Amino acid sequence: MLEVKNLTVGIKADKIKNVLYNVSLSVAPGEVHAIMGPNGSGKTSLLYSIMGHPRYVILNGKIFLDGEDITFLPPEEKSLRGLFISFQHPVEVEGVRLSTLLIAAKNKRAGESDLLKISDVRMIRDMRQLAARIGLKAEFLRRDVNVGFSGGERKRSELFQALYLKPKYMLLDEPDTGLDVDGVKVIAESISSAVSEGVGVLLVTHYARILNYVRPDRVSVIVNGRIVETGGPELAQLIDREGYSKYGVVEVDGSG
Amino acid sequence: MTEAVKTADVEELLRYTSIDELYGWEWEYAKEIEIRGKIGRDIIEEISKVKKEPEWMLRLRLKALELFNKLPVPKWLTGIEEIDLEEIAAYVKPRAELTKEWTDLPDEIRKAYEKLGIPEIEARFLSGLTAVYGSETVYSKMKEKLEEKGVIILPMEEAVQKYPDLLKRYFARIFPPSDHKFAALHVALWSGGAFVYVPKGVKIEQPIEAFFFIGGSLEGQFEHTLVVADEDSYVHFIEGCSAPLLKKYSFHDGMVELYAARNAHIKFTTLQNWSRDIINFNNKRGIAKENAIIEWTEGSIGSKITYTYPSTILAGEGAKTSNIVIGIANGPYLKDTGSKVIHAAPNTASRIISKSISNNGGINIYRGLVRINKGAYNSIANVECDSLILDESSMAYTYPHNQIEEPTATVSHEAKTGRLSEDQLFYLSSRGLSEGEAKSLIVIGMLKEILSDLPLEFVSILNRVIQLEFSEVGGIG
Repeated sequence: MLEVKNLTVGIKADKIKNVLYNVSLSVAPGEVHAIMGPNGSGKTSLLYSIMGHPRYVILNGKIFLDGEDITFLPPEEKSLRGLFISFQHPVEVEGVRLSTLLIAAKNKRAGESDLLKISDVRMIRDMRQLAARIGLKAEFLRRDVNVGFSGGERKRSELFQALYLKPKYMLLDEPDTGLDVDGVKVIAESISSAVSEGVGVLLVTHYARILNYVRPDRVSVIVNGRIVETGGPELAQLIDREGYSKYGVVEVDGSG
Repeated sequence: MTEAVKTADVEELLRYTSIDELYGWEWEYAKEIEIRGKIGRDIIEEISKVKKEPEWMLRLRLKALELFNKLPVPKWLTGIEEIDLEEIAAYVKPRAELTKEWTDLPDEIRKAYEKLGIPEIEARFLSGLTAVYGSETVYSKMKEKLEEKGVIILPMEEAVQKYPDLLKRYFARIFPPSDHKFAALHVALWSGGAFVYVPKGVKIEQPIEAFFFIGGSLEGQFEHTLVVADEDSYVHFIEGCSAPLLKKYSFHDGMVELYAARNAHIKFTTLQNWSRDIINFNNKRGIAKENAIIEWTEGSIGSKITYTYPSTILAGEGAKTSNIVIGIANGPYLKDTGSKVIHAAPNTASRIISKSISNNGGINIYRGLVRINKGAYNSIANVECDSLILDESSMAYTYPHNQIEEPTATVSHEAKTGRLSEDQLFYLSSRGLSEGEAKSLIVIGMLKEILSDLPLEFVSILNRVIQLEFSEVGGIG
């Protein structure tokens, strides 16, 4: 179980600006918990805070991973314990090939001190097969991470990394934006199959579209840094029809 | 190499868990001769006598001494004042006879090379190897098939005795001692190193290596490499160096001279991994004649301070050079690097690529000179400086300088400074990598293309060294 208890978070700027207030939620293995909310409501901040982004300061509250307090662990430790974040806008990392990053991440998990060692050709073979399944061309493995990737390719790459590293819990930030319907289906099927194998998913989304393909067990709505409602899949349907107006939010154009 | 030698293989080498473990602390070794004191005629005559040198070499040394005394300390050098030349041994001969068999060497000397897997690399990948310990060459060997082709690989002292005509023509001629104070000091005190001659039309497939080791504190090493590639020949020379962690510092002031005759091609690669206690000064220059190619690749990873500016004089029409200079300054260290190209003939081309990485308070400086003489028609020069700064406490400076006297020449310069952002670091750490590991991947990535033509085992070792360099375990925090 991944549990967030009474989390209050500020972001480092000239002074600390609060972005989350007393947020509590949880996701169990094999469960999908969707986090919905309008733009700027704190969805990404929540995932960053859980993962330990250095700009986000936890002012109060705790995060537990399978009972262990991981609140203040650095991101790499959280990753090694089984958390994975897929970014809404992943950064370009010039100089590091996608395949190199994953080999290094895999070696780190295996306790291999030489991060670049390819001890088993299956490392590469598995990567190629998985990339094909996600609809990511094999040439992307040789490219520097996210450099020159389109929006959709980035999304495929993020999920590809998640599936390759086999985390216990995935924090997915808008995993379907920039993808066409076929792309969404591929992504959604992969998420669903990971869930059926026991992965817990915290799925952040503005729109309900992806939730037509990945059925959430629970849906929480976050507005202005606070969780304002939690319910079942029907809550996503309601938001799909009516938007966030019932929470006092008027969106001119729901881009995001 | 005989079976009896127990040598760290490459696999084993890759298992070191920290850069300090790789270097190790300095250990005792027996010395036969050690010469210290004020640099003067006495010392030089003594060194020359120990080497039983011909008169012309002694005269050359004494002329260099005169220049050393006369020339001022270059003003632009930072940190050079830390060197007290009187404190440093001008000459250290270890108690070991020059050999072609590793088993002949005393254990404490052999250990220096075995620790780094040198004998194994030699057996598998090299055409020849010269190993220098302190001031003397202790091991020198060339594979037999090269002998048949007339290739010469010899310790420099032996070359002085056997090939005086060749030596008189090139030694300290390509890089004259009058250039600056430390070049003069080098020529006055030179000792150890390798001489390579590649006959006309001979292309040597496997690289030749020279490996330099400084074994103790307050030692001076003034090794000299001279590579003469005759017409239509090819050679790849690799130099490597290392030292243990020292109680006090030591000083390296080496010289490399390259001569590429018509259509010859010399590739010269340096993998510098001195420990943090070495002040490292280099004098490197090549002359490329008609249609010849000289390629320098200089990787400066270790040392406290490094000054290195591999340079090429394009002296014949159509000559080309590529000078790649890589500096990694990780910690309170200085890499003062750069390159110089002089276009002295028409249709010559040069490319300088400088890549620097500064981290943890490190400083990189690039100094470059591109000179195109009048009459060097249609020459092309490209300079690229790529600086990567990995944290707030580190710095990189570039001082490019062009002297263009030929209107038909094309010169371009590109400079780029990149910083590792918090978001990039977060991205990599969210995949399970520590800050040091993330940085090492970025550094290895930055270097991968330019190191791609090295033998794979060298690349693996280099990759490992960079990972150790940036790892938090045992590193300098």
